[in-house]
Amino acid sequence: MNNSSEKDYFESLISLEYTHTAGSATTRFLEAVAEGKIVGQKCPKCSAVYVPPRGSCPRDGVPTSEEVTLTDRGCVESFTVVHIPIPGNPIEPPFVSAMIRLDGANISFLHLIQEIPVEEIRIGMRVEAVWKPQEEWTTSLENIKWFKPTGEPDIKPESLIFKPK
Amino acid sequence: MKRIGVVGYSQNSIKSDAGAANEVELIMPVVHEVLAETNLTQSNIDFTCSGSCDYLQGAAFAFVEGLNAIQTYPPIKESHVEMDAAWALYESYLRILSGDAEIALIYGFGKSSPGNLDQIMSLQLDPYYVAPLWPDRVNLAGLQAQSMMQAGMLTREDMHAAVCASAHNAKNNPSAFKIDPPSLEEYLGSAMISSPLTKYDCAPISDGASAIIIASEDACKKYNLDPIWIEKIGHQVDSSNLGFRDLTLVKPVSDLMNKLDIDLNTIDIIETQAQFSHEVVLMSQIFKRTIQDINLSGGPLAGNVMMAAGLDTIGHTYKFLKSHQHSVALAHAVSGPCLQHNLLACLRSPA
Repeated sequence: MNNSSEKDYFESLISLEYTHTAGSATTRFLEAVAEGKIVGQKCPKCSAVYVPPRGSCPRDGVPTSEEVTLTDRGCVESFTVVHIPIPGNPIEPPFVSAMIRLDGANISFLHLIQEIPVEEIRIGMRVEAVWKPQEEWTTSLENIKWFKPTGEPDIKPESLIFKPK
Repeated sequence: MKRIGVVGYSQNSIKSDAGAANEVELIMPVVHEVLAETNLTQSNIDFTCSGSCDYLQGAAFAFVEGLNAIQTYPPIKESHVEMDAAWALYESYLRILSGDAEIALIYGFGKSSPGNLDQIMSLQLDPYYVAPLWPDRVNLAGLQAQSMMQAGMLTREDMHAAVCASAHNAKNNPSAFKIDPPSLEEYLGSAMISSPLTKYDCAPISDGASAIIIASEDACKKYNLDPIWIEKIGHQVDSSNLGFRDLTLVKPVSDLMNKLDIDLNTIDIIETQAQFSHEVVLMSQIFKRTIQDINLSGGPLAGNVMMAAGLDTIGHTYKFLKSHQHSVALAHAVSGPCLQHNLLACLRSPA
């Protein structure tokens, strides 16, 4: 029999390498973000604006070709308070991950909210992007460090409900 | 029994590297084309089913992203198989048969260019005894070809003939790769990837998507669709343990032909998802045809979009029955290593 301190098995890592493709629409978005701009795409049928754009409107199943430049301001559509530390993440819990709905967009994306006590964050709260120094910008949404409150009055959550044109 | 037919098929031009285009951007054109061909809209479709493999994209639940390519509002009934879309068609067929739907849209998509396909396919193997050894798909295909050679069923000249036949027949399919086949001397002198397979013997790395619409007889009448009937369809899988299998036989195919009562003498054309030249030889022997007489589309050796190539065998037979003087066709889709899992579909022109 094997000595109990010896392994009678071996560990092998399953690892695969990929060259990921963002897709033409998302590539445009990432190129714009590298210049500090946020671009979305508009559906030719229902006029919904998608950011980041995926090149299609999943509501209508058609390509979205019209590009729309958006501001870096919006509101909190939804959020969650994270209490569990994530290895390698420099932000100390508890922190807030929120779905940010930019003004003029019809979908939200996930980002951080800082510069406000966690318990004061609420749906409908107005926020704006806090960008990293320009010399650190890359083709990543991480160019935005986080979003912070603007101090403007909250918007009504009902106003976020999409009404197709 | 309720009759169900294929009413439309679209395949986009196969690329060796679709570059920046992502899966959604590959799926959208074929879905639009097949809807236009049948004069249907997404609102006429009451079941949508896709076939893809998340390992190809390297992202969990990547198949969900594929749904961005189709109209999903008002909400649709939808399903997915982590297999070739030929099995998505099978699921859709059963749905229609059970009265759950009348018209189904099926799409399959895959980009093999972003990853290492040989390694990715290794992960479909038995995770305890085989996958940890990382035999790649060409190694395993080589084992099968060797078994055939030892049994006196295969020569390198046969394999060369399969390569040439595919390149020749691919001219029938505008979506296929244009391949300049090697001369016999060049072929015999080319380097082995996994003996006896050379680069010419292996289906090329391919990116693309395909879509098919199938409909019940009632729906065909209602929407004025022009069906090619799916007369018979079934699938069967061999053991996942390679050691339990005789690789010179494709037992599930013989079993299926008995079970479905398929008479090879009545079949006019055959499309088989043979992804290696020796598989073309093996399937031509099983189907009692010459190498040149199967895969009039060129088959996977002229373009092999993972998770769509099986659906394409059904799509191509549909196209041939529509445009040629043939009446009965057999489509053969496969999954797993060395022709392990097999689906047969027999299609018939209404005339």
